Amino acid sequence: MKLIIAAIKPFKLEEVREALTAIGVRGMMVTEIKGFGLQSGHTEIYRGAEYEVNFVPKVRIEVVVADGLADQVVTTITKTARTGKIGDGKIFVLDVAAAVRVRTGETNDDAL
Amino acid sequence: MKLMSKISKAGALAASISAAAPVWAQTALIKAPDAAAQAGMVNKGDTTWMLVSSALVLLMAIPALGLFYGGLVRSKNMLSVLMQTFMIVSLVAILWVVFGYSLAFTPGSAYVGGLSKAFLAGVGVSTFAATFSNNVYIPEYAFVIFQMTFACITPALIVGAFAERIKFWPLMLFCGLWVTIVYFPIAHMVWYWSGPDFLADNPTDMGLIWGWGALDFAGGTVVHINAGIAGLVGCLVIGKRVGFGKENMAPHSLTMTMIGASMLWVGWFGFNAGSNLEANGLAALAFMNTFVATAAAALSWTLVEQLRHGRPSLLGAVSGAVAGLVAVTPAAGYAGPMGAIVLGLIVSPVCYTFVSYVKGKFGYDDSLDVFGVHCVGGILGAIGTGILADPSLGGQGWMDYTVFPAVAGTFDMGAQVITQIKAVLVTLVWSGGVSLVLFWGIDKIFGLRPSSDDERQGLDQTSHGENAYNS
Repeated sequence: MKLIIAAIKPFKLEEVREALTAIGVRGMMVTEIKGFGLQSGHTEIYRGAEYEVNFVPKVRIEVVVADGLADQVVTTITKTARTGKIGDGKIFVLDVAAAVRVRTGETNDDAL
Repeated sequence: MKLMSKISKAGALAASISAAAPVWAQTALIKAPDAAAQAGMVNKGDTTWMLVSSALVLLMAIPALGLFYGGLVRSKNMLSVLMQTFMIVSLVAILWVVFGYSLAFTPGSAYVGGLSKAFLAGVGVSTFAATFSNNVYIPEYAFVIFQMTFACITPALIVGAFAERIKFWPLMLFCGLWVTIVYFPIAHMVWYWSGPDFLADNPTDMGLIWGWGALDFAGGTVVHINAGIAGLVGCLVIGKRVGFGKENMAPHSLTMTMIGASMLWVGWFGFNAGSNLEANGLAALAFMNTFVATAAAALSWTLVEQLRHGRPSLLGAVSGAVAGLVAVTPAAGYAGPMGAIVLGLIVSPVCYTFVSYVKGKFGYDDSLDVFGVHCVGGILGAIGTGILADPSLGGQGWMDYTVFPAVAGTFDMGAQVITQIKAVLVTLVWSGGVSLVLFWGIDKIFGLRPSSDDERQGLDQTSHGENAYNS
């Protein structure tokens, strides 16, 4: 099984969710994060007090799938989340040691 | 020229109306009326207006000021700001009725009153307070309450200067001592007098600064310069916030700040127009000036930011509005509306300079710009009152109450401006000096600042065991 972590632009979340469910992904976890890569932040000014805001809001998606589906998930996210401008995000793939469905106790690929 | 002569005629007319006997009077004016006679000189409209104004001014303190300040601090300190403003109001209300009213508004010396009305002795439903018109009175309770709201909000203004880094009980101790030693005497000096029906017989029965002829309609000196300089002294004694200049201390909710500022504007109609003590054309003038000066100042600050930053900010707009409100406070019943607009247009660039350049250059952490807006705006307004009250500029001039009935005095702009400056200087020196001693002394005995760990964690949790927001 593979854990795919993707950081994407927040407004792309709906598109990515739809595309992933279309290829057979049946669950995901989403968190709101702040981050930066090559995209720089911005300056805010409050009554003369200037703040360099280096972090940009992003959305983090985590999906665990069977080995066979992993490459397709990566390609789907890449295609759907891309805008071509700086700040589109990154995707990482990790190995998963075990998985369990809480309701039934099914394990590994049966849990996904 | 034609327009100017029309404006000055209007000013003189308004001045004469306020000195004339009430329209319904069948008899001549009574000099030095006793309480029984005064009872017949009370009007339900005036009484209603004073009670409503008092409620409006309380709303300015709670919650308007709490929200205005609170939105500007980080969320971990929001509750502490709300708590401080709420409890300062509660504390000072008690001190006011126990001895504050007496120290401010009874005869004593030119500097402070006596204790003849401590615990509101002698004040009842059948005692009355003078207004600015001969033979017009309001219930004394109404006057006590109205002035109480001013005493309550003034120390609450100070806390903005050292927001996010003050211990709660030492702050309360400071406020109790400050109102006693600074606010009550200055209120006495600027606003105490025996009234238009009594002054002719006792021409020295008035506060020091009143006696000089200083014009302060609703508290440019008594409230704003007073609080503003105390704030500056406080933030210098206490020092900067941990991480100041390095960490992001952006406001956590400018939505709250805007709500607070808007409520301040509406409440300020009670603050300024209520300071007329009667519901008449002069109260409406004060209301008008409070409206247009503020609007002009908001526009002015917005324009300044557009030119300086290329973008106008909401914080700038509401800060401009507050600066305009502060500046028009001493001028509200003296300036004409066009003069009030000019005052509003000027105060914003001046205050902007103090909060953006002077503060940065000298490096003091006046967190919520109490000095830059209230002190500087108050000074500009106080001195501006000396100019804008001139009848030739559409102002109301001044009333000579040493004669009975009162008559319009001869306005001398140069002399008036000098008097205004003297009033400003006395306030700055007395408030600044006493505040310095109080802050320093309380810091030495009790400590004013929380530990830097407590400050980092946030005053909400460490001072009050609560969070403003739990999700």
